Amino acid sequence: MELSNSLGLVLPELILSLSGLVMLLFAAWGGDRLSSAISIACCVALGAAFALVAPSVCAGASGPDTIAFFGQFRADAYAGMAKLMIYAASGAALIVAPRYFDRLGEMRAEYPVLVLFAALGMSIMVSASDLLTLYIGLELNSLSAYVLASFLRTNEKSAEAGLKYFVLGALASGILLFGMSLTYGFTGGTSFAAIQAAAAAGELSTGMLFGLIFVLAGLAFKISAVPFHMWTPDVYEGAPTPVTAFFASAPKVAAVALLGRVAVEAFGSQADAWRQVVIFAALASIVVGALGAIGQQNLKRLLAYSSINNVGFLLIGLAAATQAGLAAMLVYLAIYVVMTIGSFAALLLLRDAEGNQLETFADIAGLSTTRPALAWCLLLIMFSLAGIPPLMGFWGKLVVFWAAVEADLLALAVLGMAASVIGAFYYLKFVKVMFFDEPADRVKGEADTAHWVLLAICAVLISPIGYLLTGWLVSIANKAAGSLPLAG
Amino acid sequence: MGGFPILSAMLLVPLAGAIACLFSEAKTARVIALVATLIDLALGIVLWMNFDVGGAQWQFTERAALFAGFDYALGIDGIALMLIMLSVFLMPVCIGASWSSITKRVGEYMAAFLLMEVLMIGVFAAQDILLFYIFFEAGLIPMYLIIGIWGGDNRIYASYKFFLYTLLGSVVMLIAMLWMVIEAGTTSVPALMVYDFPPAAQTWLWLAFFASFAVKMPMWPVHTWLPDAHVQAPTAGSVILAGVLLKLGGYGMIRFSLPMFPEASAQFMWLVLGLSMVAVVVTSLIALVQHDMKKLIAYSSVAHMGIVTAGLFAFNTQGLEGAMVMMLSHGLVSGALFLCVGVIYDRLHTREISRYGGIAINMPAYATVFLFFTMASIGLPGTSGFVAEFLSLAGVYQISSWAAFVCTTGIILGAAYMLYLYRRVAFGPQVNEDAAAMPDLSMREYLLLVPIALAALWMGVYPESFLAPMRQDIAVLDARLSRAAPEGDADFAKGEGMPAAEAHAEGEAH
Repeated sequence: MELSNSLGLVLPELILSLSGLVMLLFAAWGGDRLSSAISIACCVALGAAFALVAPSVCAGASGPDTIAFFGQFRADAYAGMAKLMIYAASGAALIVAPRYFDRLGEMRAEYPVLVLFAALGMSIMVSASDLLTLYIGLELNSLSAYVLASFLRTNEKSAEAGLKYFVLGALASGILLFGMSLTYGFTGGTSFAAIQAAAAAGELSTGMLFGLIFVLAGLAFKISAVPFHMWTPDVYEGAPTPVTAFFASAPKVAAVALLGRVAVEAFGSQADAWRQVVIFAALASIVVGALGAIGQQNLKRLLAYSSINNVGFLLIGLAAATQAGLAAMLVYLAIYVVMTIGSFAALLLLRDAEGNQLETFADIAGLSTTRPALAWCLLLIMFSLAGIPPLMGFWGKLVVFWAAVEADLLALAVLGMAASVIGAFYYLKFVKVMFFDEPADRVKGEADTAHWVLLAICAVLISPIGYLLTGWLVSIANKAAGSLPLAG
Repeated sequence: MGGFPILSAMLLVPLAGAIACLFSEAKTARVIALVATLIDLALGIVLWMNFDVGGAQWQFTERAALFAGFDYALGIDGIALMLIMLSVFLMPVCIGASWSSITKRVGEYMAAFLLMEVLMIGVFAAQDILLFYIFFEAGLIPMYLIIGIWGGDNRIYASYKFFLYTLLGSVVMLIAMLWMVIEAGTTSVPALMVYDFPPAAQTWLWLAFFASFAVKMPMWPVHTWLPDAHVQAPTAGSVILAGVLLKLGGYGMIRFSLPMFPEASAQFMWLVLGLSMVAVVVTSLIALVQHDMKKLIAYSSVAHMGIVTAGLFAFNTQGLEGAMVMMLSHGLVSGALFLCVGVIYDRLHTREISRYGGIAINMPAYATVFLFFTMASIGLPGTSGFVAEFLSLAGVYQISSWAAFVCTTGIILGAAYMLYLYRRVAFGPQVNEDAAAMPDLSMREYLLLVPIALAALWMGVYPESFLAPMRQDIAVLDARLSRAAPEGDADFAKGEGMPAAEAHAEGEAH
C-alpha cells in the first residue's frame, strides 16, 4: 500500500528517469542522427511530467498525503511549483539548443538526455525532505551539468568552463556533505522532520550551528550567492549559450527552492541563526552582482552577474522567513526564469552573416536601427531585470520587498532597494548601446522561428500584460508556500 | 457622463496611438500622434465640462481588481483635473513642435511621446498608491529614450544622469509606501489621505517621500540633473519636462506628503522653506550668468519651483492655491519659452545667446510672442505668472515674513535675468548676419504658440476658471493641515483668522 502510494507520488520522476534511460539506449545505438527525435521525445517527457505535477500545484497539495517513502520525499505544492518552473526551463533549453549545436556540428544525442537527467535531479532536489535524498538529487543534477558545461569538446573555453564547474562544484558538494554529517551527528537524524525536532528541543549547539552554516555555504555555491559566486561568470561565459540559458534558469530554481525548504523545514525553529547569513548573502549578492557587471564587455558574463544580482533579491524573500516571504520568493523565481530565458533566447538570435554567435557589447551597437524588434524585446527584458515599472521585474521586486517590510526587515529593504539602483546602471548600458550608439550592423543572422517564439512569449509575459496574471500567480505561490510546515 | 470610463479612455487612446506609431512610417506616425493627442485633448475638455465643481471630492472613479496586491483604481479631484488638462493641452503642442525638426526614427519618437502622455495622465488619475508609483516611475523609460536618442551632443551623460538621479530618489519612497500599505491595510489613496499615521513614523515616511519629490521637483540642491536634461533634450522633450514632469513632484507633495503626514510636514516646514529660499535666490543668480538659452530657462524653472514648494508649505489656502496656479502657469509659460528657444534653434542650430541679437527687426511677430512669455515668466500683472506669484507669496507671508521677503527678491532677480535674456536675443544691433536673415514665425509655429499665450492670458485675467475646481479640494487639505499648522509671524493673520483670508483670496481671484 505504502509502496504504491509512494510510487504514485513520484510518478513525474519515474517518467523522467525511465524515458531518460530509454533515450540513452536510443542515443547509444542510434547515434547522433536520432538527436532531433530524442530532443522531441525528451520534450514530450518533460511535458508529461509537467502535466502530472500541475494539478497538485493548483490544488495546493500539502500534509501527510504528500509524503512518500517514509519521509524521504515530499510531493507538495511547494515542490510542485518549483518543478513546473524547472520542467518549463529545461524544455526551453532543449528547444533553443539544436540550432546552436547544428552549426558547430556538435549536436549529439546525449544533450537532450543529459538535460533530462539534470531535470530529474532537480526534481528530486526540490522534493527532498531528507538530507540523503537532497544529496542524491543534487549530485545527479550536478554531474549532468558538468558534462553539459563542457559539451563543446573541442572548444577550449567550454572545456575550461566544465573543469572549473566540476572542481568548484565538487568542493561545494564536499562542504555540503561535511555540513550534513555535522548536522546528523548533532541531531541524530537525516530527515528534515527529525532535525527540526532536535533543533526545536533546545538551544542550538555549536556543532549544529557549524552544520547549518556548512549546509548553507554548500547551497550558496549552487545558487551562486556571494561570497561563493566566483565560478559563475567563467562558467556562464565558457559554456555553450543554450547550456548557459539552462544553468541560469532551472538549477537556480531548484537550488533556491531547496535552500528555502532546508531553511524552513529543517531549521525553521532557528530562523534567527540562519537569517543573518541569508541577509548578508542577499545584500552582498546584490552589490557584487551590480558592481561586477559594470566593467563587463561580454554579454554572457554580464548576464552571469545579473543572475548573481537577482539571487540577492530572491534571498531577501527567504530572509523574511514568513509564508509571504517564501511566496514572494517563488513569484520572483517565476519572473526571473521568464526574464532569463527571454534574454538568452535574444542572445542566441545575435548571429553574424556566417552564423557565428555574437556576444559582446560592440556587436549590438545600434541594434535598434538594424533589428528593431529584437532590440525592443531586449529593452523590455533589460528594464524588467532592472526592476523598472511597469514591467514584471518590478512586480517581482515589489512582492519580495513587501514581504521584507512585513517581516520588519526595514533596513534590509531600504539597502536592497538602494543597491538596485547600482544594478540599473548596467542594464541601462545595454539599452544605451542598442539605442543610442551608432549601428555596428554586425547582426545579420536570419530569423529562427523557435527562438523568436520563445522570445515573444517571454516578452509578452514580462510586459505590463503580464500583470493580468499576477492574481493567479500569487494564489499559486501562496498555496505552495502554505504547504511548507512553517515554524511558529 | 453616465458609466463611460473616460479616464481609461484617455489612457487607452494614446496607448493605442503609441503602438500604431511604432509600426508606421514617419508621415503616418506624425498624423497618428497628432490625432491621438487631439482626441485626448477633446476628451480632456469633455472631462472638465462634466466635472462637478463643488460636488463629490473624487469624481469619474473607476475601480477594477485586475492585479494582485493593488487595484486598477482611477479618479480625479480638482487638483488632478487641472494637471491632466495641462498635460493634454501641451501634448499636441509637443507633437507639433517635433513635426519637422525630428527626422530620424519618427515612429519611435512619437510612440515615446504618446507613452509619456499615458503615464502622465495615469500619475494624476491613479487612486491606488502602487498604481501611482508604477506610472510615476515608468515615465523614466520613455524620457530616457527621448533624451538619449534624439538629444544633443552630450545626450548620453544627460540621459544617464536623469535616469539614475530620479530612480535613486524614488526607490526609498517605494519602501515607505509598502510600510504605509501594511500599516493602514489599504492601497487606496483617498483612504490613506485620511489615515492618521503615528507622528514618529511620519517623520521617516515624510523624508522618504521628500527624497523622491524633491528630486522630481527639482529642489535645490538636487536640481543638477535638470539643466543637463533640458539642454540635451529635443525641444518637445524640454517642453514636456518643464511643462508636466516637473509638476509630478509638486503634485506628489500636495497629494501625499501634506495630507498623509501633516505633523511631519509642519516639523519639516523650515527645511522646505529654507531650501526654497536658497533655490529662489541662488538659481536666479545662476540663471543670470548663463550663455545657453535653454540652461537659463532651466534654472529659472528651479527658481519657480522654489516658489511652489514655499507656497505648499505655507499651510494656508492662499499658499496652496498659489502653488497650484504656479504649477499650471509655469507649465504653460516655461513650456512656451522652450518652444520659443526651439523656434530660433531650428533656424540657427545654436542655443548660444551671443549668436543672436536684434532679431526683433527681422522677426517682429516672434519677438512679440517671446516678449509676452518673458513677461508672463516675470509675473507681469495680467499674465498667469502674476496670479501665481502673488497668491503664493501672500500665503508665505502669513507663515513667515522673512521667507516671503527672500522669495520676493527672486521675482526681482527673475525680471533681471529674463529681461537681460530678451535684450540680448531680441534687441540691440544685428551683429550676426545669419541671425539677421532668419525668417519670422511660420503658420505651424503660430499655431503652437498662440494657444498657449491665450491660455496664459486667460489664467492671468480670470484665474477663477482654474481656481474654482480646486477650491474645495484645497479647503479640505487646509482643514486637514490645520491641526498641525505652525503659528505664523504675520500679525494680521492672528485676529481675523481664516474667513478674512479667504475673502481676500476671492477678491483677488475675481
